[in-house]
Amino acid sequence: MKIAIASGKGGTGKTFVSTNLFAVAEKEALNVTLVDCDAEEPNVTEFIDGKTISTEIINQHLPVIDKEACVYCGKCRDWCNYNAIICLPEKKQIYLIEDLCHDCGACLAACQYNAITEIEKRLGTVTVKEYSNKARIVEARSDIGVYSPVSVIKAALDKVQDTDLILMDSPPGISCPFIATVVPADFIVLVTEPTPFGLNDLKLSVETLEQLEKPFGVVVNRTGLGDERVYDWLEEKQIPLLMKIPFDKNIARIYSQSRLLVREDPSYATRFLDLLNTIEGLCKK
Amino acid sequence: MQKINEISILSGKGGTGKTSLAAALATLLKNTVVADCDVDAANLYLILEPEDYRTEKYISGHKAVINYDICTQCGLCKDYCRFHAIERLPDPDYPEGKITIVETSCDGCWLCSRICPVKAIDMVPSDKSYWYTGNYRYGKMVRARLAPGEENSGKLVSVVREQARQTAEACGAKNIIIDGPPGTGCAAIASLTGADKVVVVTEPTGTGLHDMKRILDLAGRFRIKRYVVVNKSDLNAEMTDRIRKWCEQEGIPVIGYLPFDPEMVHAMVACKSITEWTPESEISTVTKRIFSLLAQE
Repeated sequence: MKIAIASGKGGTGKTFVSTNLFAVAEKEALNVTLVDCDAEEPNVTEFIDGKTISTEIINQHLPVIDKEACVYCGKCRDWCNYNAIICLPEKKQIYLIEDLCHDCGACLAACQYNAITEIEKRLGTVTVKEYSNKARIVEARSDIGVYSPVSVIKAALDKVQDTDLILMDSPPGISCPFIATVVPADFIVLVTEPTPFGLNDLKLSVETLEQLEKPFGVVVNRTGLGDERVYDWLEEKQIPLLMKIPFDKNIARIYSQSRLLVREDPSYATRFLDLLNTIEGLCKK
Repeated sequence: MQKINEISILSGKGGTGKTSLAAALATLLKNTVVADCDVDAANLYLILEPEDYRTEKYISGHKAVINYDICTQCGLCKDYCRFHAIERLPDPDYPEGKITIVETSCDGCWLCSRICPVKAIDMVPSDKSYWYTGNYRYGKMVRARLAPGEENSGKLVSVVREQARQTAEACGAKNIIIDGPPGTGCAAIASLTGADKVVVVTEPTGTGLHDMKRILDLAGRFRIKRYVVVNKSDLNAEMTDRIRKWCEQEGIPVIGYLPFDPEMVHAMVACKSITEWTPESEISTVTKRIFSLLAQE
């Protein structure tokens, strides 16, 4: 079973939910892997760490243009849909804007003069950590200044071995990094908070998941802090409300100290295990 | 003419209070221009309630579509596609599998369409994203909505930034408040390039500190003047102190410690900024001081 934990809005508690789910699954002696797909800001290992088994550097290709062989025809520039190649035939100049390159290979296919070869450019890392002999963490981490985390996320997901339970901590938003994370999932847990911002972004996430035809449910975090509109909306849309977690300064404190709630409070260990069982039930439907 | 002062609000980690701070800064001085650059999950309009006077379509990219009347199933496109967006999927009519575009993986690079020997692949524009310019109670606001699943390449953010600049020049605004996205990728980069000041809003949690360091590192590479605001600073005094010490070492001024205050959420529910909602509260007083340090009158 593959479960992605996502939300449109940042800071609603994705990592909080995914790390606590991991901890209860691990305690149940399940074979579990938690994949931190929030490569721009990976935080899982702030809460759960383990022995590093491997760290792989993730690269992309970058074209290199041989100025001796180049005839400045401009075909590579025309085929590059990302405007990453500047070609000035009258000045016999051609160069690449590295940050714009998406590694699509179009320039290489376009060049009829064998003037383009490729080198590798580092994008980030994928680290596999062993928490126990049954539980693993896979972390996608983009290098700072890298434009898109998608390649690193996909590389991390490729590293995951098939196991009983795979949890994926998604990046915020509804654009490609989110899509890359939820597409392989069997079920998506959307974490929101009962505020106008939370509801607005929840609606965006739901719209996206409906387009992808993915099953999902909602966890409302910090209940009691905002308003009631989210519950009315969930009922109207007939979206399963999986769990409510109250706003509680004690929970906030435990989180702020990078500790896990299920280890401090046994009642939450039960509740997160119930959440896992609820999801499993919904997946089998 | 005085240069327009562009203040970019970022955080790395989501949910630390970027939009709430942006809303407050946007409602303290008349004739302000606001750019909501969180085009992926825009929320500031809920507080500022702009009346849009301009709506424009934004073509975010293209997606490949196969015309099966022409396609010969040769599979050349599959060999060339580096995004694994073309696969042979099981299909009763195609014993070897049917060449199919996996839309969620398609990057819109056009290569398949260009190399197809029979020209069976069309590129269809993704035109479901929009940007808007409108009036709100203190000035003008530029915002956008990226259609679900589109690439947040930073290009739409750059459009919003450029429109905000043009709007500010036209109406003589002295400040542009930029409400940025979470993360450190393309959208965050597009939200800070060319800005005069970047304010990183953090919270006293392990993750808040970790993410703050990454976004400050990024901003430092662009040589932009950096400031830090610690939100909900009283929730973990020890962590707040760690943030303060780290910033001191790095020479980055912490220009405000905001207390945790449920009124922040009540203000949001009432569609008001905190400085409009409880102007005399401690949080509003600190916010006004932050504003006076950043904005030009």
